[in-house]
Amino acid sequence: MAGSSRVWVLGAIVVAVLVPLLQPVFPDVVSNYRLFLISTMIIASIAVLGLNLLTGFNGQFSLGHGAFYAVGAYTAAILMDKMNVPYWATIPAAAIVCFIVGYLFGLPALKLEGHYLALATFALALAVPQILKYKWLEGLTGGVQGIVLMKPEVPFGLPLSEDQWLYYFCLVVMIVLFWAAANMLNSRSGRAMMAIRDQYMAADTMGIDTALYKTVTFGISAAYTGIAGALSASAIAFVAPDSFGIFLSIKFLIGLVVGGMGSLLGSVLGGVFYVLVDNSAQSLTQFIRNDLGLPFDLSAYTVFGVLLIAIIYLMPMGIAGGLFIAYRKLRGARA
Amino acid sequence: MATSRRSFVVGASAFAVWGANSAFAQKKYDDGATDKEIKIGHTGPYSGPASSYGQIGKTIEAFFKSVNEAGGVNGRKINFITRDDGYSPPKMVELVRQLVEQDKVLCLFNTLGTPTNTAIHRYMNQKKVPQLYVATGASKWGKPKEFPWTMGFQPDYHTEGVVYAKHILANVKDAKIGVLMQNDDYGKDYYEGFREGLGKETGKIVKHVTFEVTDPTVDSQVIQLKDSGANVFFNIATPKAAAQAIRKAADIGWKPAQYLNNVSASVGSVMKPAGLENSQGIITAQYLKDPTDKQWENTDDFKAWVAWMDKWMPGANKADANHVFGYAVSNLMLETLRKCGDTLTRENVMKQAANYQKYKLPLLLPGITINTSPTDYYPIQSVQLARFKGETWDLFGDVMSAEGS
Repeated sequence: MAGSSRVWVLGAIVVAVLVPLLQPVFPDVVSNYRLFLISTMIIASIAVLGLNLLTGFNGQFSLGHGAFYAVGAYTAAILMDKMNVPYWATIPAAAIVCFIVGYLFGLPALKLEGHYLALATFALALAVPQILKYKWLEGLTGGVQGIVLMKPEVPFGLPLSEDQWLYYFCLVVMIVLFWAAANMLNSRSGRAMMAIRDQYMAADTMGIDTALYKTVTFGISAAYTGIAGALSASAIAFVAPDSFGIFLSIKFLIGLVVGGMGSLLGSVLGGVFYVLVDNSAQSLTQFIRNDLGLPFDLSAYTVFGVLLIAIIYLMPMGIAGGLFIAYRKLRGARA
Repeated sequence: MATSRRSFVVGASAFAVWGANSAFAQKKYDDGATDKEIKIGHTGPYSGPASSYGQIGKTIEAFFKSVNEAGGVNGRKINFITRDDGYSPPKMVELVRQLVEQDKVLCLFNTLGTPTNTAIHRYMNQKKVPQLYVATGASKWGKPKEFPWTMGFQPDYHTEGVVYAKHILANVKDAKIGVLMQNDDYGKDYYEGFREGLGKETGKIVKHVTFEVTDPTVDSQVIQLKDSGANVFFNIATPKAAAQAIRKAADIGWKPAQYLNNVSASVGSVMKPAGLENSQGIITAQYLKDPTDKQWENTDDFKAWVAWMDKWMPGANKADANHVFGYAVSNLMLETLRKCGDTLTRENVMKQAANYQKYKLPLLLPGITINTSPTDYYPIQSVQLARFKGETWDLFGDVMSAEGS
C-alpha cells in the first residue's frame, strides 16, 4: 500500500512539474491565469494542511487560522517592503514568526477545550485585522491602505513567465511542507499527536507530555498557515486588513472538512475545492439564469451552500474519505 | 440570452476575418471589441461588508441592457461582465485577472473600493488595460504620469476637504475647528485636503479625534470635541457614525457650525436618523442630484432617470443614491465608447476618456461638468455647497472647483 501510494505521489509531482511547460503547445488551456489559479489552490492547500495538523491530527479546534495567515502575509510584506528582503527569504521568516505566535497562543489555549477553544481562536481572527490597523503599528503595516508589493521576478534569466515561476515556487514549497508533514506524522511525535486526539487521558497516562505536544502542534500548525500567507502576499502582491476577514478562517475550515480531516490528500483536495467552487459558483448561477433560462436569481453563496450540503451528505468523511471508500468498494466488487 | 453565445461566435469569426485583412481595414480593435460587441469587465461587492454598494453594479448592468435594447453603441452590443469581489482584495486580483486574461475585456469600468482597486492598480497598468472611472474618491486615481491606465470619477475627497476649509476661513469668525475623522485612508484623504485648504491657518484645528469604522458609537469623541471649545465641527464619517455624531452633538447641547462630508450627505440614511431638527444648517458639498430632493423632480434628466428606473429596475428603492451614481457613471462610459467610434483600442479608450471639455452628464448638479485632459485624470472636480433646510439640501453659492490641483 505504501509503495503504491508513493508511486501515485511521484506521478502527481511529475505531472505538476510538466504542466506549465505545455504552455507553448496549448496556450489557451495552460494560460498564465490558470497557472495563477493553481498557485492560489496550492497556497490554500498549505493553509488547510496547517489547520489539518491541528484539528485533523491533534483534535484541537480553530476558527481563527485566518489570523496566522494574516500574520504570515504581513511578516512577508513588511520584510519585503521595509527591509528589501527577497521574497523567498520571507517564507522561513514567516514560518518562525507564526510558530512563535502560534506557540504563545497555544499556551493559554491549553486551558480551553473544544468549543471554548473554537471561540477563543474566532476572537483572534476578528481581532487581527483591527490590530493591523492600529495607530502604533501603522508605520509598519500601512494601516487600512495596506502594502503594495512587487511580484516575484523570474531568477537566473529562466525562460519562464512570472506566473510559471510563481507556480513552481509554490509547488516546491508545497512539496517540502507536505513531505515534512508526512514524515512528522509517521514518527513517534506524530503518533503522540494522534493519540492525544483519540484518547487524551490514555495518552497522558502513557507518559506523553500532552501540554508540550499540544502547544508545539499549535505552533507548527500556525507556521504552516503563516507560510501560506507569506506565499499569498507574493502572489497577490498586495496585503490589506480587508484581505483577512473572518470569512477567510471559515474558508479554511470548509476546505478542511470538505477535503477530509486527518488526511494529507484531503488538505490538497480541500484547497482545490475551495478555490474552484468559490470561482465557479458565480459562473454557475449565471449559467442557470442566462443559458438555461431558469428564472432563479440565485446568489453565488446559495449555490456554494447547496454544493457544500450535497458533498457533506454524500461524503461525510470529506472528499478524501469518499474517494477511499469508493476505491475500496470498487476493489471489493472486482474481487 | 441564448443568442449571446451565437453572437460571440459570429463576433469571433468576424474578428478572425478582420485579422486577415487588417492591412486594408479602417476599423481597429483590441481584445474585447469586435464588429458586434464590446466586452466590459466590472466587479462589485455583491456580498460582504460593503454589499450595500452592490446596487451600483446592478444599476450599471440594467443600464447596458437598456442600451443594447436600443441598438447598442455604434451598432455594437455591450457585453457587460460583472462579478462579485466581496470587497476582498485577493479575490479582486483573481477576478480581474480572469476578466482580462480569460474573458479578454476591452476595459474595466467602475470597479469599486479603495483597497480592492489598489490591489489591481499596478497590474492594470502593466497590462495596459484601462481601469476606468473607478468608484472610490481616493485622490490616487488621478496620476496619469505613473498610472496612465487608471482614472477616477467622483470629486476626490482631497478636493472636497479643500472646499470646506476655504468656506470656513471665509465665513466663520475666530473659527476653532473640531474634526471627527474615520481612521482610514478615506478619512485621511479628507483631512489632508482640509489642512491644505486651511493653509497657514491649520492652528485653527483645536481638536482632532478619530474612530474606527467598526466602533459601535462615536459618543465619547463628540464629547471631547465639545469640551475642546470648538465652534466648527467637521464630520468626516460614513453614514452610520455621521448620523450618530450629529445626534450626539444635539443631545449634549453643542451647537457648532457643522460641515458634513458628501459621503454621508444622504437625507434618507443620515439626516432622518440623526433627527431633522438636529440637522438644520449643516453644510455639505454635492455634485450629484439627491434622489430625495424634491427640487429636481421637474428637471429633464431627473425625469428621464425616474422613467428609466421604472422600466429597467422596477421595485428598486429610488431613494438610494447608488442608483443615481450608477446611472450617471454609466452614461459617461457610454459616451466614451461612442466617442471611440470604430477605433476600439485600449489606447483610444483612454485617449477619449482623457478628452472631455465641459461635458454635461445627466444627474450632475447644474453647472458641474466633466473635464479631463491627458494631464487631468479627475473627471469631476467641482462641487456646490448646500445647507440642510427643512427636509432637503438647499444649494447656495457658486459651483466651487479645484481644477488642475
